[in-house]
Amino acid sequence: MPKLSRRRLLAASVPALGGAAAALHSAVPHQHPWDAEALAAGTEHANAGHTGGHANFRDGRTVDHRANGFDPHTILRDFDWGKSTRLPGGRVLREWELFAVDKEIEVAPGVKFAAWTYNGRIPGPTLRCREGERLRITFVNGSEHPHTIHFHGIHPSAMDGVGGLGAGEIAPGSRTVYEFDAQPAGLHLYHCHVRPLAEHIAKGLYGAFIVDPAGGREDADELVMVMNGFDTNFDRANEVYAANTIGFAYMDQPIVTRRDELVRVYLVNVLEYDLINSFHLHGNLFHYFPTGTGKTPSEFTDTVMLCQGQRGILEWRFPYPGRFMFHAHQSEFTELGWQGFFEVVG
Amino acid sequence: MEGRAATERDLRPDRTGGLPAWLLGVVPLLLILAALATFAALDGPGLGERRGPPAEELAVERTVLQPGTIELTVRNDGPDAVSVAQATVNDAFVQFTGADQPIGRLETATVRLQQPWVEGEAYEVALLTSSGGTIAHEIPVAVQTPAADLSFYGLMALLGIYVGVIPVALGMLWLPWVRRIPPGWLRGVMALTVGLLAFLAIDATLEGFELAAGGSQAFGGAGLVLVGAVVAFLLLTGVSSWLGQRRRAATAAGAPGGHLALLVAVGIGLHNLGEGVAIGSAYSAGALALGAFLVVGFALHNTTEGLAIIAPIAHLRPSLGRLALLGLVAGAPAVLGAWIGAAAFNASLAAFLFGFGAGAIAQVIVQLAPSLRDGEGRTLHPIAVTGLLAGMALMFATGLLVSV
Repeated sequence: MPKLSRRRLLAASVPALGGAAAALHSAVPHQHPWDAEALAAGTEHANAGHTGGHANFRDGRTVDHRANGFDPHTILRDFDWGKSTRLPGGRVLREWELFAVDKEIEVAPGVKFAAWTYNGRIPGPTLRCREGERLRITFVNGSEHPHTIHFHGIHPSAMDGVGGLGAGEIAPGSRTVYEFDAQPAGLHLYHCHVRPLAEHIAKGLYGAFIVDPAGGREDADELVMVMNGFDTNFDRANEVYAANTIGFAYMDQPIVTRRDELVRVYLVNVLEYDLINSFHLHGNLFHYFPTGTGKTPSEFTDTVMLCQGQRGILEWRFPYPGRFMFHAHQSEFTELGWQGFFEVVG
Repeated sequence: MEGRAATERDLRPDRTGGLPAWLLGVVPLLLILAALATFAALDGPGLGERRGPPAEELAVERTVLQPGTIELTVRNDGPDAVSVAQATVNDAFVQFTGADQPIGRLETATVRLQQPWVEGEAYEVALLTSSGGTIAHEIPVAVQTPAADLSFYGLMALLGIYVGVIPVALGMLWLPWVRRIPPGWLRGVMALTVGLLAFLAIDATLEGFELAAGGSQAFGGAGLVLVGAVVAFLLLTGVSSWLGQRRRAATAAGAPGGHLALLVAVGIGLHNLGEGVAIGSAYSAGALALGAFLVVGFALHNTTEGLAIIAPIAHLRPSLGRLALLGLVAGAPAVLGAWIGAAAFNASLAAFLFGFGAGAIAQVIVQLAPSLRDGEGRTLHPIAVTGLLAGMALMFATGLLVSV
């Protein structure tokens, strides 16, 4: 793939840009009749910054995923089904152990952030279960600060994971067990609910929580995206934005999907300090299922807006091969990390 | 009595045990060095680990805008090394080069950011450090930094001549008039001169403080202005007394008037050096529109400086060459200052130079003060006070025409 510097891109004339777009396009197979259209479109829109012209971290430097202990590309398709056993009576009991741990995370190449995590990763594990199962989550607090796990969903008051109810705040070195039925089906989330709330969330204590409907969902290439950000200088504004923690991770290495295959994104917004966040898909529209609780989409669109704690399921198929961007449609968040590419093959 | 005798004996040089005096002077120094070395080698015993995150401070000393790039020269004026990990311009990450290694204390680094900036717009550059801190730098109005080529230096020289050399030379044309006025009036003119200079000294000091606030604090900040002033004052005092001695040693031909005029010229020259720096840097930062108004303003403002030079030599018949030399000493530093300001502006250096100018002027005022004395030996007689106030008022009024 040709690398174009921003300056060259800006300085280049339109024919040169068309050439660059064509060169980029040749990187993907093109035996389809719409290739000519794509090429033409590329000529027109090559200056939109889809090549080397997009914002990114300093060239040649990447986050050390190994040192972080997690990789946003792995998190994308990593669903934690826990350990399941049968209760007397045949019901499934699903168990997880989550531990809170303070950990330094490289949130941007060369930038370290003293994070608080569940299981050493941000977002925490994507807990996945089926509607009606019994869930048992053992929480061990290995952090130096009190924490809880507050699940979104329907459960008894004592299992709500907030101070003063049930086990309340879990002191450092202590543990507790949250146990409740998996309901309702949908896409939920969990996060720490200890004061000061903004800090406990923004430091990294959150994750996605998926309850599949009893009948399951249609087979799809399923992806989890937890939209977040990091306030590295503690001015209550984020310095870097991302889906799954590491900004530009899916720019540097696009998410590969197959043409015509159903793509399902479990999208959760936990972003602190900003009122809203959003998801925008290029070159396509998606069906949107708010909170994933209904069977009929609320909207067929290419942009959805979510406040903190809001989440939804997105479904679509790519009819064309090639690269398609996705990003927050707050340009500021986009250019501060929250953008990526789908690479559609086949 | 006995005790006293013992004390005297103690103080006698032969009590040094035969060691040379210089060695006794050096021994404490060596002991201090040894103690410090041991302390450092043991890593500060008893002090424990450093607490808290590193203190990261970078001062932006220079901003250069070229098409598609913004270049910042930063100096680390904090106690710890600073690693620049990422950079943003107006809340968007940008590609950049430079500052690959951590920047040590007082070290500088130049980062070159790729940004398609638009003329006339405002930009905020933020450098994101390895600890997540941000160092923000505002560019209030983006304007291309002039290339430092020959024509640019020529332009700066022309600017210096316009605002420094020509006005001073014009001001010196008052010499024939000053020569013909009665002694009482001349004292008034001298007082006017002192008033002009007093205003310049105050103005330069304040401007120096303003510049110091924007520069690296590690070099002393506002203290630099005062240090500069003291250094200049002492230097000129020394030069002046040396010149006086030489003259007395030679013949009685040398008159204190010529000596005073030279001192005034040097003081004003040092002031114009600082003024040139301010003009040059403001021009290269795009904060200064070069126009007739500015030049006319400076001409009026600095013409009064010419008057200050010739007032002490009103009773002499200096040669044309000597007059030209005095004019150049006073005015030409503006050219040098404009070059420095445009090509290698450094807020700390500029602040020091402004302080230096102010100190030089203060010294000149001290030298001129005796010439205000009337027949009864009073310095602040009505004519002198009127002259002083008129001088300050004149500078204030003409100063309104120029603002750099």
